[in-house]
Amino acid sequence: MKRLIVYFLEIIICFVIQTSCFRYFALADIMPNLLLILIVSSAYMRGRMAGLIIGFFSGLLVDLIYGSFVIGQYSQSGEYISYSIIGVHALLYLLIGYFFGYTHRFYSYDDYTLPLIIVAISNFIYKFIYYIIEFLLRGRLNFVYYLRRFIIPEVIYTVAASVLVYKLLHMINHHLNRKNEDQV
Amino acid sequence: MKRRTKININPKHVLMFCVFISALLIIISLRFGEKLKPVKEAVGSAITPMQRGINVVGMFISDKLDNFKKINELLEENERLKEQVNVLSYENKLLLQDKRELDELRRLFKLDQKYLDYPKVAAHVISKDSDNWYNVFTIDKGTRDGLAKNMNVLAGNGLAGIIIEAHYNYSIVRSIIDDNSSVSGMILDSSDLCIVKGDLQLMDEGKIRVEHIDIATDVKEGAEVVTSHISDYFFEGISIGYITEVKVDASKMTKTAYLKPVVDFERLEEVLIITELKEPLID
Repeated sequence: MKRLIVYFLEIIICFVIQTSCFRYFALADIMPNLLLILIVSSAYMRGRMAGLIIGFFSGLLVDLIYGSFVIGQYSQSGEYISYSIIGVHALLYLLIGYFFGYTHRFYSYDDYTLPLIIVAISNFIYKFIYYIIEFLLRGRLNFVYYLRRFIIPEVIYTVAASVLVYKLLHMINHHLNRKNEDQV
Repeated sequence: MKRRTKININPKHVLMFCVFISALLIIISLRFGEKLKPVKEAVGSAITPMQRGINVVGMFISDKLDNFKKINELLEENERLKEQVNVLSYENKLLLQDKRELDELRRLFKLDQKYLDYPKVAAHVISKDSDNWYNVFTIDKGTRDGLAKNMNVLAGNGLAGIIIEAHYNYSIVRSIIDDNSSVSGMILDSSDLCIVKGDLQLMDEGKIRVEHIDIATDVKEGAEVVTSHISDYFFEGISIGYITEVKVDASKMTKTAYLKPVVDFERLEEVLIITELKEPLID
């Protein structure tokens, strides 16, 4: 129960920081994807189940506040209206959380390099899939540009942020584990 | 311990369940978007105060830091501005004379001042979307302050975007440089219609694409583009930007141009919302 509350708080804090601190942290308009760090490092530390649950709920939160704008239509005067769709982020994040949960078997208490690599890979995959469903389907074919301008910088920034964030999450997780063992 | 046993559910089942739920949500929000609004509202009402809080604290700190940094700059700027004031006040005098004449002529034409008269509400930008793809942001006013979906958002003296979702105490705005945005515009000199389309790729250069300009139109660089009278959502005559570059399309039927928006989207902190909706043509 206590663990669930901690998860819940972690999701909220990451989301709020990611969305409203852009003025202070953003480099070249890019913010690190803190939610993804949270999802992947929980998956890495706790396994598939935790990754899945955290991924689902943080995706849902993003969807409920912003949604994603994958589908739209043109009006008579040529203006484009797109609908805000709920569930795309939730689906993507939960799948990422689940599949990166398989890395739990390589988990070791004092390995701080592997999680960074995992975060980098997951962020790349996430952005790539998102590029396909959001931009490629609307005929934006210049992948190299998106890669250079958005995907790579975000991956780098996220990995840099995850050095700190992972350590913090790791500490929280360790603390929770120890408490549980004490009770047993 | 009893609690331990609960965790023995197979993750695969949970995975299938959650995937099913998300797929269901996607379909529901596609078909019945409005039905989910109360849920969004509830979540948003909980989250936005936190975002606003962070912004207030952050702004306070950065303001204080800026104060120290900028005193010297300000002194210099003050000197420069004083000179400018002299020049401008002279020009202003001339303009006032022109304005009187213009008013006279307008009265003759029975035209009123255009969008200056719409009721407006000011709001702060409190957060940006979580992916870096979109140019969607939230503002700290909502239906409580009389805002509604499809209201026009201005910043400074130009068009910034449109409200795509209005909730009780916050609203979501899509800016015109967003990849999904497209606005029906008009070139002020020649009254020719065009479509102003945001493009993520042009965003870095601070430009927006203007499409579907008739080939016969003589578009000059520096021409002002405003919202058109046939636009479904935007009031007529709001300034969007100035044309910087024109080229003929491959089809030789239309021209494409680029424009520099009036609004500085890099530093968007306060916006104005016109609290009136454009009457739809057909309803």
